[in-house]
Amino acid sequence: MRGSEVATETATEHAAEGGLAFHPMDQFLVRPLFGGSEIHWYTPTNVTLWMALTVLAIVLLLVVGSRGRAIVPSRAQSVAELTFGMVHKMLEDITGKEGLKYFPYVMTLFCFIVFANFLGLIPMSFSTTSHIAVTAVLALMVFLGVTILGFVKNGTHFLNLFWVSSAPLPLRPVLAVIEVISYFVRPVSHSIRLAGNVMAGHAVIKVFAGFAAIAAIAPVSILAITAMYGLEVLVALIQAYVFTILTCVYLKDALHPGH
Amino acid sequence: MATTTEEAAAHAADAVNPLLPGTDAHGSAVGMPQLVFETFPNQIFWLLVALVVIYLVLSRIALPRIGGVLAERAGTITNDLATAEEMKLKAREAEAAYTKALADARAEAAKIVAAAKAEIQADLDAATAHADAEIAAKAAESEARIGEIRAGALEAVNAVAREAAAEIVAHFGARADAGAIDAAVAARIKG
Repeated sequence: MRGSEVATETATEHAAEGGLAFHPMDQFLVRPLFGGSEIHWYTPTNVTLWMALTVLAIVLLLVVGSRGRAIVPSRAQSVAELTFGMVHKMLEDITGKEGLKYFPYVMTLFCFIVFANFLGLIPMSFSTTSHIAVTAVLALMVFLGVTILGFVKNGTHFLNLFWVSSAPLPLRPVLAVIEVISYFVRPVSHSIRLAGNVMAGHAVIKVFAGFAAIAAIAPVSILAITAMYGLEVLVALIQAYVFTILTCVYLKDALHPGH
Repeated sequence: MATTTEEAAAHAADAVNPLLPGTDAHGSAVGMPQLVFETFPNQIFWLLVALVVIYLVLSRIALPRIGGVLAERAGTITNDLATAEEMKLKAREAEAAYTKALADARAEAAKIVAAAKAEIQADLDAATAHADAEIAAKAAESEARIGEIRAGALEAVNAVAREAAAEIVAHFGARADAGAIDAAVAARIKG
C-alpha cells in the first residue's frame, strides 16, 4: 500500500525531488477503522485495533498460556512465569514487600508496553506506544498515583523527599528547589523517553525504506533497515523494562520517602 | 488499510470531503501525527479501556493463577527435598541396623565356635585319659605276665640245672644228696 502511494505521489507531486518521497510520519497517523475522517473519542480507529491486539496477545500469553497450571510448565507457561517472575522480582527488589500490593498495576504497565512495542514492530502495523498521548497518560497515572500514595502513606513526611537531610544546612534549600523541579520533570521524561524511542526508530526505518527506491542504494538501505530492525527489537523490550523499573523507583520514593 | 490510498485520492479529488486530522490533501502527515490534538481523546479513551481490561484480566485471572503455580511448585520442591532428607536418614538407620546385626552375628558365631572347641577339647581329654588308663592297665598286665614268665623261666633253669647236676654226678658214679646239689646249683646260678 505504502509503495503504491509513494509511486502515485512520486508521479504527481514530488517528481521534482528526484524520485524520492519520504513520508516517515504517515505510519503514525490515527485513522478511523471504518472510513470517514471524523475522529471522536469513541471512534474505532487503528488505535483501537492495535490496543485490542495488545490485550489479545497478553491474554494469549498470560491466561491461555498458563491454563495448564502444570508443575512442569509448557513453553508458553514458562514464558508467562518468566515475565511474572521478572516483574515481581524487580518490584520486590526495589520497593520491598510493601510494594507487592501494587504488583498487578506494575505488571499491567509492563505487559501493555512490551506487547504494544512488539506488535508495533510488525510491518504495516501501528505503534500505539509511539504516541505521546498514550505514554503521557501512562506516565501521568504513575506520577499522580505515586504522589497521592506518598501523601496518603506518609502525610507531610512525604515532603522529606525534597528536603535532603544528609546535605549541609545551607545547601538544603537549593537542593530542595532542584529536587522539586526534578520531581515534576519525572512524568515528562518518563513519557517522552518511551514515545521518542519508539517513534524515532520507526521513522528512521521508514527513511531508509524511502532510500530503497534508488536501485544503487537499495542493498545498503535494506541492510540498514535490517540492522535498525534488530536495534528496535532491543529497544522495544528495553524501553518497556526502563518504564517499569522507573515506575518501581517512583513507587519506592512514595513508600519510603527518606533518602 | 488498503482503502487508505483510495481515501487519499478521494480527499485530493473532493475538497468538500473533510481531511483526516493532521494530513494534507494527499493523505500524508503534516508535521508529527503525535501532536494532532484532535486524536488525543480517542487515543486516551481506548488506552484507558485497554488498561482496565488488562488490569482486570491480570489481577483476577492470570496473576493469581501463575502465582499459585509458582507457589505450588516451590512447595513441591521443598516437600521433595524434605522427603529425600528423611529417606537419607532412614537409609543411614538401616545401614546402622545392618552393621549391628552383622556384628551380633559375628559375635554369636565366635561364641558357638568357642563352645564347640571347648566341647571337642573335653571329649578329646576324656578319650585321652581313657586311652591312657587302658594303656596303663594293659602295660601292668603285660608286666605281671612277663614277671611270671621270668619267674617260671628261673624256676625251669633251676630245675634243669639241678637235674643236670644230679645226672652228671650220677654219671660220675658218685652219689650226692639232693640238698648238696641244690645248694651248689643255687650258688652257681647266683654267682
